[in-house]
Amino acid sequence: MEILLSALVSGLLLGLVLALVALGLTIIFGVMDIVNFAHGEFLMVGMYTGLLTAQGLGIDPLLTLPVAGAVGFLLGIVCYFGFIKFLLRGPMVAQLLGTFGLMLFLRNLALLIFGSEDRALHHGLLVGKSFDIGMGVIVSATKLAAAGLSVAAFVAVWLFMNRTRIGKALTATALNRSAARYMGIPTERMNALAWGAGGASVTIAGALIVNFWSVNPFIGLLFTMIAFAIVALGGFGSVPGAFFAGLVVGLIMEIPGFWDFFMFTFNADWMAKVPMTSFKYMWVYLAYFVIMVVRPRGLFGWKH
Amino acid sequence: MHQHLLQVEAISSRYGGIPVLHGVSLKVARGETVCVLGSNGAGKSTLLRAVMGSQRITDGRILFQGEEIQGLRTEEIVRRGVVYVPEGKMLFGPLPVEENLLLGAYTLKDERTIRRNLEFVYGLFPRLRERKQQPASTLSGGEQQMVAIGRGLMSNPQLLMLDEPSLGLAPLLVDEVLDTVHGLKKEGMTILLVEQSVREALDLADRGYVLQTGRITAEGTGRELLESDIFRSAFLGI
Repeated sequence: MEILLSALVSGLLLGLVLALVALGLTIIFGVMDIVNFAHGEFLMVGMYTGLLTAQGLGIDPLLTLPVAGAVGFLLGIVCYFGFIKFLLRGPMVAQLLGTFGLMLFLRNLALLIFGSEDRALHHGLLVGKSFDIGMGVIVSATKLAAAGLSVAAFVAVWLFMNRTRIGKALTATALNRSAARYMGIPTERMNALAWGAGGASVTIAGALIVNFWSVNPFIGLLFTMIAFAIVALGGFGSVPGAFFAGLVVGLIMEIPGFWDFFMFTFNADWMAKVPMTSFKYMWVYLAYFVIMVVRPRGLFGWKH
Repeated sequence: MHQHLLQVEAISSRYGGIPVLHGVSLKVARGETVCVLGSNGAGKSTLLRAVMGSQRITDGRILFQGEEIQGLRTEEIVRRGVVYVPEGKMLFGPLPVEENLLLGAYTLKDERTIRRNLEFVYGLFPRLRERKQQPASTLSGGEQQMVAIGRGLMSNPQLLMLDEPSLGLAPLLVDEVLDTVHGLKKEGMTILLVEQSVREALDLADRGYVLQTGRITAEGTGRELLESDIFRSAFLGI
């Protein structure tokens, strides 16, 4: 029973963080209909920012979140005005290949600066600590904090999109760009804002993840793929969709944990022979595949 | 000399490389209701989009309140007081009716003015008040057109441009929508109306222009147009 609960809790906690990773991707797609292949590389930038700020200034990794957010916001804005804006004149394929190129550029830039070795945080208020939340379930403090902050970030983004004047203008731009322009909304600035907000949310996610995950210049692709799966599941452009789909994907990634539970419950020796942990990403992509075939609009439909 | 609110001077425009407007000129005086008549593909919508800056012009000038506005961004043109109610309504479907209306007031900052305009729109279309919490996409075609017009009125327009407001509506609703336009006219609103329902539009408008394959072929008051040969052959098949 503890194994089942542990798997459930750890899947949900991971899911909350993954939802935050996907949030920026869905915002940018929602507003601009552009799929940012460099999304995982933005996350990598956030991870390095969190790591280096914490180590360089000797502060707790959790205090680096505003720095990571600011770096991500700037990165998004610079990418938009320096690069993406020009791709909009070209055909759709130019945008795809363009962000793909951005991915390769950021990755190799990181390789040049940081080298290829893994780096991890070893010190921090919460790093390495864990506690018992009862019924034999032990969670690591960093994951709990990351999940909690992810929920806070989602609430903040939701309030921004639905309660503020600029956020509503951003929503309107996502729903109907031409109509938004006829309302006097500066849609070009809304594009930049989407890239800024998308960049900030994913670098914050990176600075959270680096608390319990080591970073190297190639880490981006894994998270890009997971974010794609979440956004496809939740519906492209949907913020609540990303939240719930993140939880689902977190649970899917815990399938090895559930497997262990059934193995012990039914004393099934054959189950032990299957190297489930090696396959944990496979289930995510399998789910992605099934969704694209069965329900291409995702659980919540596009842009709701 | 009498100052016109909108002056379109010999503009030309292309759509996908094909010329759609050839030296079109048109004037709208303050307080006037002007209609542009023409069949499908004559370039009516292109003309309005050119005024809004969302369709590039290759030649000519567009003046609003005496200042050139061609080349300005759409948001700046809206800020100056030109409002376009597009063909096909273009609502923010999943958002409630009231949110749609409030987005129309994006260029306004003063909360009291926005409230007053909202009350004005609800006064004009009481049905929208009843449905203000409903997603705009769940409304009937006529009600959606009311939202589109109401949304346009939210920003205190100097010039209201309506693109085929009666398109796709049942005859009863066409009358209702055009009655509303008539009411706005009586309140002194300057209106540029594009329509396919010729008679209704001419009843409403002070003056009209006939646009045929990108050229103005006739202009005048409703009566003058109804009696002109070119108009009769174009629209009445006589």
